[in-house]
Amino acid sequence: MNACLDINNLSAVLANGQRVLRSVSLAVQPGEVRALVGESGAGKTMIGKAVLGVLPSSVRVVEGDMRLEGEDLGKLQPKARRTLIGARTALIPQDPLTALNPSRRIGPQMTDRLVRILGWSGDKADKRVRQLLDEVQIRDPDRVLKSYPHELSGGMRQRVLIAAAFAAEPRLIVADEPTTALDVTVQKQILLLIAELQREHGTAILFVTHDLGVVAKISQKVSVLYAGKVVEEAETAALFAAPQHPYTRALMAATPRYTDPLASLKPVDETVLAGLAAEIAMADQAWRRPHG
Amino acid sequence: MDDARIAKRGLSPRLWLAGGWLLLALLAAIFAPLVAPQDPLAQDLMLERLPPFWLDGAEPGYWLGTDSLGRDLLSRLIFGGRIAFIVAFAAAIAACLVGSTLGLIAGYFGGWADRTISRIVDIWMAFPPVLFAILLVAVLGTGLSSVILAIAIIDWTRFCRVIRAEAMGQSRMDYVENARIAGYGRVGIMLREVLPNVVPSIVALLSLEMGIAVIVEAILSFVNLSISTDDPTWGGIIAEGRLSIHQAWWVLVFPLITLILTVLSFSQFGEALKARFDPVLR
Ligand SMILES: Nc1ncnc2c1ncn2[C@@H]1O[C@H](COP(=O)(O)OP(=O)(O)OP(=O)(O)O)[C@@H](O)[C@H]1O
Ligand SMILES: [Mg+2]
Repeated sequence: MNACLDINNLSAVLANGQRVLRSVSLAVQPGEVRALVGESGAGKTMIGKAVLGVLPSSVRVVEGDMRLEGEDLGKLQPKARRTLIGARTALIPQDPLTALNPSRRIGPQMTDRLVRILGWSGDKADKRVRQLLDEVQIRDPDRVLKSYPHELSGGMRQRVLIAAAFAAEPRLIVADEPTTALDVTVQKQILLLIAELQREHGTAILFVTHDLGVVAKISQKVSVLYAGKVVEEAETAALFAAPQHPYTRALMAATPRYTDPLASLKPVDETVLAGLAAEIAMADQAWRRPHG
Repeated sequence: MDDARIAKRGLSPRLWLAGGWLLLALLAAIFAPLVAPQDPLAQDLMLERLPPFWLDGAEPGYWLGTDSLGRDLLSRLIFGGRIAFIVAFAAAIAACLVGSTLGLIAGYFGGWADRTISRIVDIWMAFPPVLFAILLVAVLGTGLSSVILAIAIIDWTRFCRVIRAEAMGQSRMDYVENARIAGYGRVGIMLREVLPNVVPSIVALLSLEMGIAVIVEAILSFVNLSISTDDPTWGGIIAEGRLSIHQAWWVLVFPLITLILTVLSFSQFGEALKARFDPVLR
C-alpha cells in the first residue's frame, strides 16, 4: 500500500544558499498522526508548506521528492499538482484570525471550496458544512455561517477552520501548531476535537508542534527536527520511553513537567547543541560535494 | 453588539454633512433648469453687479447677486455644477478602473508585472500634474471629453499606487495561501480574496478623486482651457470674478466657497464610506 505522504530526501535552500531543509525523509501512513517537533526555526512550517505547494518564493527545493498517495508531486504539471493538493490535502493553520478572509462571511468561505474545487452542488456543500460544524460542536450554525470572522472568538474561528479542513474529506491534513495562538483554556478542547475528528474520519495528519505534551497525546509516530534535519524518528511511546538522540533527550528535559516544574525548566544543554552543529556541518559538506 | 453598531451608524455627522451637501449640489445640477431662478446666460445691463440678498440694493430673485454682465450668480453656479459633476464622475471612474486594475495586478502577481507597472507609474508621476493636464488638453483640444480624458490619464496612478500596496499586503495573508492550497487559480484568488479587502480603499480614493477632478476642471476653466462653450463653469466664474473683485467680491467668493465645500465633502464622504465598507470597523 502507498504511504499517504512520502517525503524522500528533501532539501531546500534560501536565495543566499543557506539550507533550511536537510535531506528530510518522512512517511505518513494513511490514518496516521505524525508529530513533527523541534524548536523555533527548525523548519517545521517549511516542511508543511513544501507538502502543500506553498513554499515562499525565496525558498527553492534542490533535491528529493514528495509523493502524495503515490503520485510524485514534482512530476506533475503545476495545474494538475494544484488540483491534486487541493483535493487530497488541507491545512489547519496556526493563527485562526489571519487564516480567514476578514471581508467575507464564514458560510461562503467554507462552501466555496467544495463547490468550486470539488464540483459539489450548493445544497450538498451546505449540508456537509453544517454537518461538520455540528461535529466541531458549533451549536448555532446559522449565526456562524452568516458571521464575519472578527465576530467570532478565537476558539470559534479555529473550530470553523477545523470543520473546513475536514469538510472536503482530505486524505492528509497539515496542522501547523493549531493551538498555539489560542487561549490556554480552549487549547485542550481544540486538541481533543482534532483528535476526535481524526479518528472518525481516518484522516492522516502531519501535526507540527513544539509541545511534547501534545505529541504524547495525539500522535502515533514522531519526527524530531533540528536545523532542518530529522535527527530522530520513532513510535511516540518508544520515543518517550527511550529517546535515542541527545537532542531529543535535551528537548524532553527542557519541557516543563507538572511533577517537578522547576527542575525541568532548564535550557537545552550547550554541549548537545555544539555536537549537533558539528554533525550538521558535516552533513552539509557531504551534501555540497556532489552538488558542486 | 448590534445596538452599538446601529448607534455608531447614527452618529456619523461627517457622512451626513458631506453627503448632504453633495446630494444637494448634485440634485440642483441635475434639475438645474427647474431650480435655477434665472437663465444663467441672460445678460441685462440694468442688473449688473447686484449684491447678494442681505445687502442694500439687492433684487429679489437674484439671491447671490449678479456679475458684471448682469447674469444671475446663483443660476450660473447651479448650471456650472452640471459640468463639475459630469467631469467628477466620468474622470474619477475612468481613472479608478484603470488604476485599480493595474494596481491589483501589480500588487498581487508581483514579479515582472509589478516591475513593469511600477516603472510606468514612476515615469508618470515625474510630470507635474497641472502642467501635464494643460499640456494634454492643449494636445487633445478643449472640450468636455478632453478634460475628462486628461484627468483620467493623469490620475490613474493615484489609484494604482495605493491599491498595489494594499494588494501586496493582502497577497501575503494566510487566507490567500489557504486559497492556493485549496486549488484556486490566481485570477480567482485576486478577485475573490484580495479585491473585497481593497474595496474600502477604492471607494475612499474614488470619492477623493471626484473632488480632485472638480478642482482640475476648475483650474482648466480658469486658464480658459476647459469647455469652450458659453456654459458656465465654476472655474470660469472664478476667473471672471477675479477681474471684478473690487466692484463685486461675491462673484469670486461664492464660487470659491462652492468649490471648496464640494471638494471637502468628496474627501470626507470617501473616508466615512471607507469606514462603513470595512467589515472590521463596521
Ligand atoms: N519566507 C521566508 N523566507 C526565507 N526564509 C524563511 C522564510 N520563512 C522562514 N524562513 C526561515 O526558514 C527556517 C525555518 O523556518 P520555519 O518557519 O519552517 O520554522 P518552524 O520550525 O516552523 O519554527 P516556529 O516554531 O517558530 O514556527 C528559519 O530559519 C526561518 O528563518
Ligand atoms: Mg512554524
